[in-house]
Amino acid sequence: MYDRKTEDCRVLQSIDVEDQGMGQATSQGSALRRRELLTGTACLLLGMSRAGATQILDRLPWEPNAGAPPTAARPGPWQFFTGAEARAMEAVADRIIPPDPDTPGGKDSGCAVFIDRQLAGPYGKQDGLYVRPPFQPGAKNQGAQSKDGPAEQYRSWLGALDHAVSLKFGGKVFADLPDADKDDILKGLESGSLTLVGADGKAFMEQAVKDVQMGFFADPIYGGNRDMVAWKMIGYPGARYNYLDWVDRPNERFPLLPVSIAGRAEWTPRTR
Amino acid sequence: MTKRLPKKDVVIIGLGWTGSIMAHELTDEGLDVVAIERGPWRDAPTDFPPTYMQDELRYRVRHELFLRPDQLTFSFRNKIGQTALPIRSWGAFMPPNGVGGGGVHWNAETWRFLPSDFVLKTHLTQRYGASFLPEDMTIQDWGVTYDELETHYDAFEYLCGTSGTAGNLKGQIQEGGNPFEGPRSRPYPTPAQKQPWGYQLFAKAARELGYKPFPQPSGNLSQAYTNTLGLQMGPCTYCGHCEWFGCANYSKASPQTTLLPALVRKSNFTARDNSEVVRINTDRSGKHATGVTFVDTSGEEWEQPADLVILSAYSLFNVQLLLHSGIGQPYDPEKNTGVIGRNFTHQTISSVNGFFDHTKYNFNPFVASGSIGMCVDEFNGDNFDHGPHGFVGGGYVGHVQTGARPIESTLVPPGTPKWGAAWKKAVKENYLSTVKPGTGVHGSFYAYRDVYLDLDPTYKDRFDRPLMRMTIDLHDNEVKQNKFLTDKFAEIIKAMGAKAVAPSYRTAPYDMTTYQTTHLNGGAIMGTDPTTSAVNKYLQHWDVSNLFVLGASAFPQNAGYNPTGTVAALAFWAASAIRNRYLKNTGPLIHV
Repeated sequence: MYDRKTEDCRVLQSIDVEDQGMGQATSQGSALRRRELLTGTACLLLGMSRAGATQILDRLPWEPNAGAPPTAARPGPWQFFTGAEARAMEAVADRIIPPDPDTPGGKDSGCAVFIDRQLAGPYGKQDGLYVRPPFQPGAKNQGAQSKDGPAEQYRSWLGALDHAVSLKFGGKVFADLPDADKDDILKGLESGSLTLVGADGKAFMEQAVKDVQMGFFADPIYGGNRDMVAWKMIGYPGARYNYLDWVDRPNERFPLLPVSIAGRAEWTPRTR
Repeated sequence: MTKRLPKKDVVIIGLGWTGSIMAHELTDEGLDVVAIERGPWRDAPTDFPPTYMQDELRYRVRHELFLRPDQLTFSFRNKIGQTALPIRSWGAFMPPNGVGGGGVHWNAETWRFLPSDFVLKTHLTQRYGASFLPEDMTIQDWGVTYDELETHYDAFEYLCGTSGTAGNLKGQIQEGGNPFEGPRSRPYPTPAQKQPWGYQLFAKAARELGYKPFPQPSGNLSQAYTNTLGLQMGPCTYCGHCEWFGCANYSKASPQTTLLPALVRKSNFTARDNSEVVRINTDRSGKHATGVTFVDTSGEEWEQPADLVILSAYSLFNVQLLLHSGIGQPYDPEKNTGVIGRNFTHQTISSVNGFFDHTKYNFNPFVASGSIGMCVDEFNGDNFDHGPHGFVGGGYVGHVQTGARPIESTLVPPGTPKWGAAWKKAVKENYLSTVKPGTGVHGSFYAYRDVYLDLDPTYKDRFDRPLMRMTIDLHDNEVKQNKFLTDKFAEIIKAMGAKAVAPSYRTAPYDMTTYQTTHLNGGAIMGTDPTTSAVNKYLQHWDVSNLFVLGASAFPQNAGYNPTGTVAALAFWAASAIRNRYLKNTGPLIHV
C-alpha cells in the first residue's frame, strides 16, 4: 500500500523541518537515541541510521540545554536578492516604513535583509507546505494555490516593478525615483490602477507590506528590527519572561528597555 | 515488509491530552499500554526554553510546533458541488503534532459546557418548538449529561490546578463567578489569576451594563500547585507567550506538566514517537479491532497488535483514520445516511478592537497569560431568550487578550493607511493603549446536513491516500448569532472608554485563510442511535466494541466555549467506563 522507495526521503525530510526546534534528548538509555538535525542530509543518512522514531519508557528523555536554539540571520552579502532586486526591495521597505527623526525606516532597520534571509530559507521554498499538484485556481478563501513559492514570486515582482518604472521614467529604476513618485507607484499597485507585466502588482504590495512590517517587528535575530528599533518605538519589552511585578500597576509605563532572544541591543550585529 | 510487534493490552493512537489521560487510567488498572505518536517527543525544559520561546515569527507565524501540511493536510470547499482545494498552508486552524498534542500550545482556557448543551436538541425543542430550528440543522443530544460528567470535569481541573472563581457550588450561586455554569462539586483548585488594568476596566464596564463578569477559568496557574499525581507546577509569570507556544515554566497545564512525568515511570507504559498510525486493523468480521499499523520516520512499517484500541488523535485525524480504515459507514449528505464525517463543526469567532486615548491609557498589553481575561456569559448557550432574535446558540464574550506580540498586535484605528508615515505614527501611538481581545466573541457552531467530512476525489497525501475533504460554510443562524454577540461585545468595549471601536464580524463564506481557533469538532460523534452517531455515550464505537474514539470528534455540535475541558472530561468518563464496565465484560456497553 505504501511505496517506501519513493516515500523515504519525503518522510525524513518532512520530519526534519519539524525537528529544527526540537533536538531529541536522550544521551543515556539503550532504547533512546539522540536525534540529530538532519536538514538537507536526510537522504544521505537513509540506510545508515534510523534516526527518528524512539521508544520512551522508564524515564523522561530529558537533557538540559538540548533544544535547538534559533539560527540567527548571518551577516554578509545578500543571500537571495540580486543587487538590483535588493535595491528595489530596500527602497520599497523605506516607503512602507519611512524613516523619521526618532526611528529608522524599513531600509535601515533591516527589513529587506529580513525578507532576503526568509526567501533564502525554508519559507522562500515553501518547505513543509503541501505542494502536490494539481494546482487549480480557487476562491480567495481557499488559500494560496500557487506552484511558485515566495522566492520565485519576489523575483518576478521586483523585476516587473523596475521594468514598469523604467518604461515610465525613461530608464530609471524604482530606487532612483523621488519619494513622492515611489509612493504614487506603490499606491497604484495597491489599488490595482497600475499593473505590472507578467506579475500581479496588487499581490506584490499586499505581500510586501506584510513582510516588511513583519521584519520590522520580528526578533532582530532574523535580520530586521535592527537594535530593536521597532520595539523601542512602540514600548514592547521583547523576550522578557516574568512580569509578575507588573500585573497590578494600572497605567504605569514599563521602564525597562527591550531584550532580544540574542540579548541586548548593543550586542546585535549588523547583518550587512 | 511489515514487522509485527509483541501484542499489548492497549494501543493508544496519539499522545495528547486524551491519550495521556487514558494511558494513565488504564495503566493504573494494570494493563500494558503503548502509545504511538506521530510527532516528536517534546518536553518543557528542552523544547520550550524561556531563553527563546518568545519568538513570534518562529512559533506563531512559521508554525514551529505544528504539523507540516506536506505531512498531512485537508482539502476545503464551502459547498457541495464546488471543487475542494488543498489547504497548502495553515490558516483558519493549526493542527498539533508531537507528544502533548494541542495541550502543548493551547491557551489553557478551561471551560465546562452548560448542562443544557448536552441535551441541546431536547432543550431547544421544548423551549421554542421544533419549527424554531433551521430545517437543515442536525443538532443532537450527546447521550451523556452534565451531571454524569461533573466528577470528570472536576478530575481534570484538579489534575491541571485550574485557576478560577466558582460561580455555582452545589447549586448555590457564588459572587464573582459565572452564575450560569452548571453546579460544581467543589471550588477551583487554585484562585483566579490576577487581572491587569485593561481587564479590570472591561469588568467594570460590563458590570455597569448589568452583566456579571467573571475571570476566565485558566490552566495558567495563579500560584504554585501540586497536582493529584504529586507533580508540581509553578505560578504563571504573565510572559504573554502561551497560545501557539510551549511553557517552560511548568505553569501551563499540559500533558508534559500534569501527566507524562508520572506516566513514563510506570513499567507498564511505553511511548513511541515519530510514528504515524496509518490504519486501524480489524479482523474478517470487521467488528473487532486487532491493533494498528504504523510507519516510522524511516518509512518502516510496523504492526502493533492489541486487545483494545484507543483512538485519541486530534478530531480531524480521528475521522480521517476511521475513513482510511473503513470503520463505520461514511456519511452521505445527499442520502442522509452514514455516520463517519457527519456533524462536522467549528466555532464562530469574532472580535472587536478598542482604541483608547494614548495620553490617558497605557495597558502594558504584553503582560498577559494564555487564559487571562474577564468574561460575560449572559449570551452563551440558551442563557437568554432567543425567541425575539431568530437564531439559536451563543457564546461567551470577553476581554481575553493573551499577549501583545508585536507582529500581530500592532493595530491601527480604522481609516489609517496600511503603510507609510501615517501608519507608522499610528502604530507608535496605539500599541500600548489598544485592546485587542484575541477571541473576544467565542461562539457556538451548530451542525448542518451539508457541513461534513469525506475523502477527496483528487488530492492525495504522502502515503498516496486521499486527503480528507472539509465541506463547511457558515449558515444564517451562526451569522445572525455572531452579529448579535459582536454588537453586545462592542458595547462593552465602548463603555470601557474606547475612542474608536473596530468590530470584525464573522460572515459567510467560511474563510480558510484567517485564524479562528483550532476547535474543529465532530465527524465521529457520540449519541444514542447508531444510525446518527459513530460512538455510544461511552465513546465506544458502535460497530467495533474494542475501539474507543476520544476527543472533540465526538461533539455532536459545538458549544460556545473552548473544548478542552469537555474533551478531557469525556476522556475520564470513557476511561471510567472501560475500567468499571468494559474490562469486566468486554463487548458493546450499550445494546440497541
